[in-house]
Amino acid sequence: MTIVVPAAATPRKYGIDFTKPVLYGFAAVLCVLIVLPLSWLFLYSFTDAKGALTLANFVRLFTESTFFDPLVTTFIIATSSAVICCAVAAPMGWLVARTDLPFSGVIRALVTASFVTPPFLGAIAWELLAAPNSGLLNKIFRAVTGAEPDVHLFNIYTIEGIIFVISCYTFPYVFVLVANSLDRTPGELEDASSILGGGRWYTARRITIPLVLPALLAGALVAFLQAMTLFGSPAILALPAGFHTMTTKIWSLFQYPPKPELAAAASLPLLILTVFLLRAEHMILGRRGYSVVGGKYGAPRLIPLHNWRWVAFLVCLLVLMLPVFLPYAALFNAAFSPVATTFLTFKNATMHNIYFVLYDLSAASLALKNTVILGTATATIGTMIAVVIAYVTARQAVTGWRVLGFLATAPIAIPGIVLGVGLFLSYTRPPFVLYGTLWILLIAFVTIALPSAYQQLQAAFRTIHPELEDASRILGATRLRSLWEITAPLLRTGVIATWCFIFVGVMRELSAAIILFTSETKVISVLIYDLNESGDLGAIAVIGIGMLLITFAVVTAVNRIPGFGQVRFRT
Amino acid sequence: MTSKLSKRDVLKGAGALGFSAFAVRVAAAPAAEAVTPALIGAAKKEGKLSFYTAMDLQFAETLGKAFEAKFAGIAVRVERSGAERVFQRIGQEYASNIHACDVVNTADQAHCIIWKRNGWLLPYLPQEVVTHFDKRFYDPEGHSITTRILLSPFGYNTDLVKKDDAPKSFKDLLDPKWKGKMVKAHPAYSGTIMNSTYETARDLGWEYFVKLAAQNVMQVQSATDTPKRIALGERAVMVDGAGYLVIRNKEAGQPVDVIYPEEGTPVATSPSAVFKDAPNPNAARLFQNWMHSREAQQILVDYARQYSPHAQTVEKPGVRKLADIKLMKEDPEAILTQSDDVKKKYAEIFKV
Repeated sequence: MTIVVPAAATPRKYGIDFTKPVLYGFAAVLCVLIVLPLSWLFLYSFTDAKGALTLANFVRLFTESTFFDPLVTTFIIATSSAVICCAVAAPMGWLVARTDLPFSGVIRALVTASFVTPPFLGAIAWELLAAPNSGLLNKIFRAVTGAEPDVHLFNIYTIEGIIFVISCYTFPYVFVLVANSLDRTPGELEDASSILGGGRWYTARRITIPLVLPALLAGALVAFLQAMTLFGSPAILALPAGFHTMTTKIWSLFQYPPKPELAAAASLPLLILTVFLLRAEHMILGRRGYSVVGGKYGAPRLIPLHNWRWVAFLVCLLVLMLPVFLPYAALFNAAFSPVATTFLTFKNATMHNIYFVLYDLSAASLALKNTVILGTATATIGTMIAVVIAYVTARQAVTGWRVLGFLATAPIAIPGIVLGVGLFLSYTRPPFVLYGTLWILLIAFVTIALPSAYQQLQAAFRTIHPELEDASRILGATRLRSLWEITAPLLRTGVIATWCFIFVGVMRELSAAIILFTSETKVISVLIYDLNESGDLGAIAVIGIGMLLITFAVVTAVNRIPGFGQVRFRT
Repeated sequence: MTSKLSKRDVLKGAGALGFSAFAVRVAAAPAAEAVTPALIGAAKKEGKLSFYTAMDLQFAETLGKAFEAKFAGIAVRVERSGAERVFQRIGQEYASNIHACDVVNTADQAHCIIWKRNGWLLPYLPQEVVTHFDKRFYDPEGHSITTRILLSPFGYNTDLVKKDDAPKSFKDLLDPKWKGKMVKAHPAYSGTIMNSTYETARDLGWEYFVKLAAQNVMQVQSATDTPKRIALGERAVMVDGAGYLVIRNKEAGQPVDVIYPEEGTPVATSPSAVFKDAPNPNAARLFQNWMHSREAQQILVDYARQYSPHAQTVEKPGVRKLADIKLMKEDPEAILTQSDDVKKKYAEIFKV
């Protein structure tokens, strides 16, 4: 696949505009990143094991229940998770951004904490909490009610359990988009409405909600796609629960002897569904312009909650117990107790797990090093690419911008595990032999990070009206210069947030890594997956807590970089 | 010692079978090699090695640390996952010309047969193996050596199940009272379970698994995970998995115990091999040599509670002698041809 390149632009009278070469360069990079593995996937999905053209893979996919059932399960999980995420995150985002909720900074920090928690780690923590017999919550339940040993309150090994765990670590996506969008919406519009006699709820309905709707829809979409393509949580929970999702099914297809052609075919329905959803989003939002003219805005007007302030705060805190407090308490318990789900006491506390991870676990230091290198590199490169593409599509700056926008969003439709295979097929043969190096993981992680980074930055661009750039360009600046001097400063918060977002994303990433790693290029997430396979929960708990600390350290450090930071990181 | 004879009796055709087929067309056996100062010097120059293994992580790291203590300056990096995943990993790496593995230990003998056929393995026979291992425990051409003999018995949580109520046979597990109370590992991830699944299906028929699946069995991946699940009390009974871990956990004071089923206990012989293209060839040889020395094998017995093929290891009370256990018959040649079929049938029956 190639992008149609228009004829050379008319020569300018002064200055050299590097815009087009730069833009086309990025388009080419994107093409290689995405089109190459996708082409291999398409090719494989229509061939049999010997390489002959066939439709047999698709016939199997839709006729065999071992393939069709996971497809249905995945759809149920993704839809339910998206609904739950919106129902929880949108009101919370509004409370934090638009009301006088006490300690809203704490709530934001806790949402960040749940966002940086890898879904597989969250799933393991919830196993510790809500496994029907050994789960800590069920143990407390039995102790309190005196119920029989087999009676339980929660069972995480069910489809509801998986939906719950996925929602816990997907809702921050929606929260971020909604809260950021509300943060950026100037209060004057609402003031104007009030001055003109609009009541509080009228203003909310006619001004605030329409302004935030694009972000909410984008959030719902991202939540759905995240839940659909997630491998981490199902990988931990689906097997004990006794069913497959599409991603775990695809992973099982790579067991020896690998069947990449079936896996490729199994991923295409996910891709098609995503394209359809993106079109739907575009149709809903496409005609409406919600750009807010840049410049001085007043701080958003906070709605007083009066007596409800503390109630709202407590509700938020209770909700955030689920993805943050309880799981980390369970991990802390597992890290220091002799058996993972035995309640920690001063008497039974042990340093065995800490000692084991620090001194005995020989794969840990290499995995840690790889993860930090990949996180930093991916975040830096990914942010740069996402900025450029978001700019191009938001400003429609180059012919074919739609294609660029599509390419940047397309990877979200490819389960990481399938992308992993696509990349594996692409980069294990000449001229690009990258398998076995960190490069192939870098490519995978950049590609995976791109859609959400792009969505985030595009949302940021949408709220910066091009008039400001236009003014700069009318005054003689090239596009790049006006970008650098006008747009970039306005985008600073968004860019830092995106960088952190990608870095954290790399820590969370498991699905592509599990296909692409070699023993020399193992990352922490794969190490945790291996530890989970053998049930070494204490070691996982120690590494998990360590991961959280590293993440916070890096995110804090990035926000402190002189001249670049000084902006409070908002989730 | 008595166990040497008994192992010979009981494992007749078990551990040996994989290699006896090749014994017919043996090429010249490689000369047995001792640990020489030259080897140690060359290994120390390399300074590291990677050990891909399916053995329980704590044990693998303990073994690695013991090696590092003895040969200072050679770091052992353990890459642990289920044997079937180790096999997949090495295949994937070798297909891309990545030769990262120095020494491998798998729980599925069929893997070594395939690697040997591919010409990937280095013929290497340590002196101690030739002297103290029964011939059935190593490939005469030196491509692989049996490191340990694994059993996959039942296990149960003694807090949740009284000894008298515990299941005694595979048939007992079909009793409705165990519905929703059992945990089982998966043959697509674990080599031990690949063996136990094959042996159970051969002896009791696949219908047995159909009935077992109706019991709502919790499914995990690794044979080293099921013992931990019953120790947590998550399920009362372990259908299969690493028996040695149940014994270890029991000795560590956890409320668990093993049961050797009446119909016979599944066996998996776990061989190790050095790769011909090992990135650290001398360290790899040294490690393979040391791992089958009496010193390392005694750690296997004392710490890991496994069965050693080394004739001079001293048994430590607490583990039932192999001679006293009715074993199922291992058949790596059959697994070689049927493993894909086993995985497929298993997935159909258990839905995962």
